[in-house]
Amino acid sequence: MEQMIRISGLSKTFVLHHQHGTVLPVLADIDLTVGRGECVVLHGPSGSGKSTLLRSIYANYRAQQGQILVRHLDGWVDMARAAPRELLEVRRLSMGYISQFLRVIPRIPALDIVSEPLRGLGVERAEAEHKARALLSRLNIPGKLWSLPPATFSGGEQQRINIARGFVSNFPILLLDEPTAALDAGNRTVVAEMIEEARAAGTAIVGIFHDDEIRRRVATSVHVLSPMENIA
Amino acid sequence: MNPQSLLRVQGVSKHYGRRSACQEVSFELHPGEIVAIAGESGSGKTTLLNCISGRLRPDAGRVEFDTRENGLQDIYALSEPHLRLLTRTDWGYVHQNPRDGLRINVSAGANVGERLMAVGERHYGRIRAATGDWMSQVELDPQRIDDLPSTFSGGMQQRLQIARNLVTHPRLLFMDEPTASLDVSVQARLLDLLRGLTQTLSLAAVIVTHDLAVARLLAHRLMIMKDGQMVESGLTDQVLDDPQHPYTQLLVSSVLQA
Repeated sequence: MEQMIRISGLSKTFVLHHQHGTVLPVLADIDLTVGRGECVVLHGPSGSGKSTLLRSIYANYRAQQGQILVRHLDGWVDMARAAPRELLEVRRLSMGYISQFLRVIPRIPALDIVSEPLRGLGVERAEAEHKARALLSRLNIPGKLWSLPPATFSGGEQQRINIARGFVSNFPILLLDEPTAALDAGNRTVVAEMIEEARAAGTAIVGIFHDDEIRRRVATSVHVLSPMENIA
Repeated sequence: MNPQSLLRVQGVSKHYGRRSACQEVSFELHPGEIVAIAGESGSGKTTLLNCISGRLRPDAGRVEFDTRENGLQDIYALSEPHLRLLTRTDWGYVHQNPRDGLRINVSAGANVGERLMAVGERHYGRIRAATGDWMSQVELDPQRIDDLPSTFSGGMQQRLQIARNLVTHPRLLFMDEPTASLDVSVQARLLDLLRGLTQTLSLAAVIVTHDLAVARLLAHRLMIMKDGQMVESGLTDQVLDDPQHPYTQLLVSSVLQA
């Protein structure tokens, strides 16, 4: 199976300069490989570094040690070392990240937020919006909301906007940070189906799911993380 | 060295007397890239902006711009007319206070059209058409083309200043706190407009701001200045979500959450 993510020796420590220089080691010597069509679920108690690992893969957090190789075009990019421009290209073309919360942009309607990643790939507006509408209906966002900025939407609606945005451009790699946390049973099922379809199409997925049923349904393997002792 | 750089800043330093306003700052900017410079008042961010935009000769270091004719050129080695031409064509400069970037006693249309005339356009109809077009692009009513900017609100004046800068299709825009003098509701509209324009025109921009939310919304990269030094830089979300330097941590943790 073709590998899409190869992490080796990854360590991440936070230094809190204004809290007496507290050093918080969160990840140490992590190795993880994810192939095409695989869904690796990160599992462990709160504080074990699941979100930190996802954010490090996306280069939202900066790793101190190790490699985070991600398949990009015909080669590999080390997300722990690459230049900002290269990181942005990986995010534009190869890897999507769906967080728990939508970062709302003032005045931008939901439809634009969802279709934007596709337009960033050069897809015509009409076609991008067509695909965005299909996803918004599938995720049961009422049509009357599509032209409104999501600032006033409910938590569950904002989360579904985020999911639609993450799925719209068929990234080869997807990182999912509890995408179903605020959803009702019906919408959880829709998201589970979308994840299964992406997997079947070859997407490599790393995710965090607190819901046991979803986790069992979508995972091809589970990677267990355990909290580290703090060094004062 | 990267041949695709639009702007290359190397070791730029500026002193005022014995006080150093800007020390050994280096960075590169590529076409279509937006970088924000953040830091508190007195951190040297405006001095740096002035040095890299040809307005203030640094004491040391080089500022190079990818000119259309000769590629990367030291801007302070260019002739005075050549530098002036750059500032009227390939560069734009948006001031914090729109009154510093507009001529307040000539019409809105003249403010925009003037920049076109400065590069040799003489056809009245074409100037007026381009002016009207840019007024609509910045969401100003083209019907108000003959009104004085003093009859516009602060937000409208700021949008007019942006239209004046964009009419010559610059490749690089310098902006000094472009939203700071505006009400919050007006800021959101301007940010959204700038975000759209920079994307559709693939404009590169250097934005000085003390507002980290502005950086988050507009900039690909963020540089943090303190006491004249660039203490941290990276992708905007990296710097804001995983700040490394003690000063950046303080800055990020001091932002009020609405």
